[in-house]
Amino acid sequence: MPHDQISFVRKHMLPEAPPPATETGAVKWLRENLFSSPANTLLTLVSIFVVFNIASASAPWFLNGVWDSPSIAACREILDGRVGGCFAVLSERWNQLLFGFKYPVELYWRPGLAFVLLFVAGAPVLFGKIFPRKMLFFTGLYPFIAYWLIWGGSIMVPIFALLGVVVGAVVYSRVVTISAGVAVIAGFVAALIFWIASGYISRPMADVMALQAVPSRDMGGFMINLMLGVVCVSLSLPLGILLALGRQSRMPIIKWICVVFIEFIRGVPLITLLFVANVVLAYFLPPNVTFDLILRVIIMITMFSSAYIAEVIRGGLAALPRGQYEAANSLGLDYAQSMQLIILPQALKISIPGIVNVAVGLFKDTTLVSVISMFDIVGMIRGPILASMEWKGVYWELFGFACILFFITCYGISQYSQWLERQLRTDHR
Amino acid sequence: MKRTVFLGAMTVAGLAAGAAAAGTLDDVKARGKLNCGVTTGLVGFAAPDANGVWEGFDVALCRAVAAAVMGDATAVEFVPTTGKTRFTALASGEIDMLARNTTWTFSRDTDLKFDFVGTNYYDGQGFLVPKSLGVSSAKELDGATVCIQTGTTTELNLADFFRANNIKYEPVPIETNAEGQQQYLAGACDAYTTDASGLASTRAAFENPTDHVILPEIISKEPLGPLVRHGDNEWGDIVRWTLNALITAEELGVTSANVAELGSAAVANPEINRLLGTEGDLGKMIGLDNEWAKRAIASVGNYGEVFEKNIGEKTPIGLARGLNAQWTQGGILYSPPFR
Repeated sequence: MPHDQISFVRKHMLPEAPPPATETGAVKWLRENLFSSPANTLLTLVSIFVVFNIASASAPWFLNGVWDSPSIAACREILDGRVGGCFAVLSERWNQLLFGFKYPVELYWRPGLAFVLLFVAGAPVLFGKIFPRKMLFFTGLYPFIAYWLIWGGSIMVPIFALLGVVVGAVVYSRVVTISAGVAVIAGFVAALIFWIASGYISRPMADVMALQAVPSRDMGGFMINLMLGVVCVSLSLPLGILLALGRQSRMPIIKWICVVFIEFIRGVPLITLLFVANVVLAYFLPPNVTFDLILRVIIMITMFSSAYIAEVIRGGLAALPRGQYEAANSLGLDYAQSMQLIILPQALKISIPGIVNVAVGLFKDTTLVSVISMFDIVGMIRGPILASMEWKGVYWELFGFACILFFITCYGISQYSQWLERQLRTDHR
Repeated sequence: MKRTVFLGAMTVAGLAAGAAAAGTLDDVKARGKLNCGVTTGLVGFAAPDANGVWEGFDVALCRAVAAAVMGDATAVEFVPTTGKTRFTALASGEIDMLARNTTWTFSRDTDLKFDFVGTNYYDGQGFLVPKSLGVSSAKELDGATVCIQTGTTTELNLADFFRANNIKYEPVPIETNAEGQQQYLAGACDAYTTDASGLASTRAAFENPTDHVILPEIISKEPLGPLVRHGDNEWGDIVRWTLNALITAEELGVTSANVAELGSAAVANPEINRLLGTEGDLGKMIGLDNEWAKRAIASVGNYGEVFEKNIGEKTPIGLARGLNAQWTQGGILYSPPFR
């Protein structure tokens, strides 16, 4: 084609044009995600209809909500026939929902402080790379501080308990070079002997630096759920590791003890164990003697979740290639070292999603204690609050509130575990 | 940390095992507190208020016993129990008495090894219907759908009643009272049946209570009363006669307002004198002092006052005295004489 026949040649670059309206921004997103095919379009329209109906039905309930009223009757008067939630029950019974109805009001700062310190103590464990390792020292002290703050009483009890742990740890570290299994048992026995002996010393010293004591029966509300959740998860993790290792042990007695324990606990519903803790144990104890209900429940829930965690960790151990075990052996590491340095770090990393799953489930299961007449948040709602003349008949607001509390906590746990998985990922994708 | 508590508890358990053989009265006095089993919450009968103080019809009985035994109506440790845990709590000794609107039945009294010491509320199964249904008697409920809690004696009572009257009904099974309330209000059933006191408190929580009526028929006997363990009759006597003292006080016109005056010196009525300890030695016979009943009445009031304050017609629950009126008023409350 001759050159002069070309009527027009662009001499300069066109400025960048925005993409067509249908290929950009919200329109593109809508088209691709919501209306990509007739079927999807239909589903989208149906969904919009459903969401709109739910929203338009519940919006007045939230917007007209009454936050200040002494009783449901007064609430209904204020609403005067309109649809609306009676959220006043939450503000009126706020303390009861969080702390139960018997924890002394002037002492609320104690569990509150323990709750805040929980984050300080948990930070170096949960976010090891961000916070200095020295904070782990505080983490070690935290259980004893928290016990002292929540239950009160003489400071000697937690101090002796702490010293017992130290004694146990020292004995363990002395014996561990001989045999890991013997060391665990020896450490435990040493701590036990120390605690029994210290009982005789701490009893006469009951007034030393004593905070006002609060009996377990006076605790309730979401505080109990949190306490049970935190204590049982943190106790059942080490216990679960021991059980998982025990189940893989080549020593038949240890192996069979662990197998029987795990299979028995997993074969029994949690609610049954709780009834055992509450009801059946009372028959084995001398009459007129009861030992702390919360302690009984903690023991049962810990046993329950440690069996599950043991199985999760066993899965992690089984997923490791045999070569890892052999490599550890070939380096000349003994059992404790190879587990601590080679096997467990890898196995635990694989097990994180499973462990978190058990932890979340366990935390929600703590509401089961309401069935054995403990006033956790569900127990408070079902018992005292719904049985008061003022608030009988308020269901949605209260249970919705409980849902929100649990959702926040459980969602937080699951987000953390996903973050942790990303942190620990060592493969190169 | 937990283990020390555990071990401490075990040690205490071992030490206390020897002391446990003593009577319940001595245990209570030594402890300085009465362990009283109540429900985890039932409107009007037992529930903690906004300040965490237990209140209610059953609670008042616990307080009266504590006042009679120790002179302090607040010296009560309320142990909340559910329907499932109440009997073991009593049998194991965790509580000294159970005041938890528990129906007095043959097997509970004998087979479960408890002693019911009396009846503080005569209940019975009734029907709740909307006024708009236009029914004035349960016998007119032919063909009605009835909400009924499954697995309870009320279910059996209902079947008996309808069969005896040769009318038909359709049961709508529900699990809990709360569910029953929702189902009934949603119109899933024409009538809701459970204990009459429960119906009254359920209705009290409705938005428009006056739109619903409780039918006059009561189709079962549910005598609710406090109970103690078999075998400690002295303690059973104390609870029994504390309840009787409250009932007798109403019969004799002794109230929390005038008990101090009536009990300060002997008055014309010798039974009042014996009750309040200005004459005779009745208190000594049950191992207490002579002012035990005076303290009980002063702390919670007589039976009528307790009833009116917690579940009576002026409260939102609005129960009429009915069967629970004194025998002189057409009811069946009848305390044996104080003599």
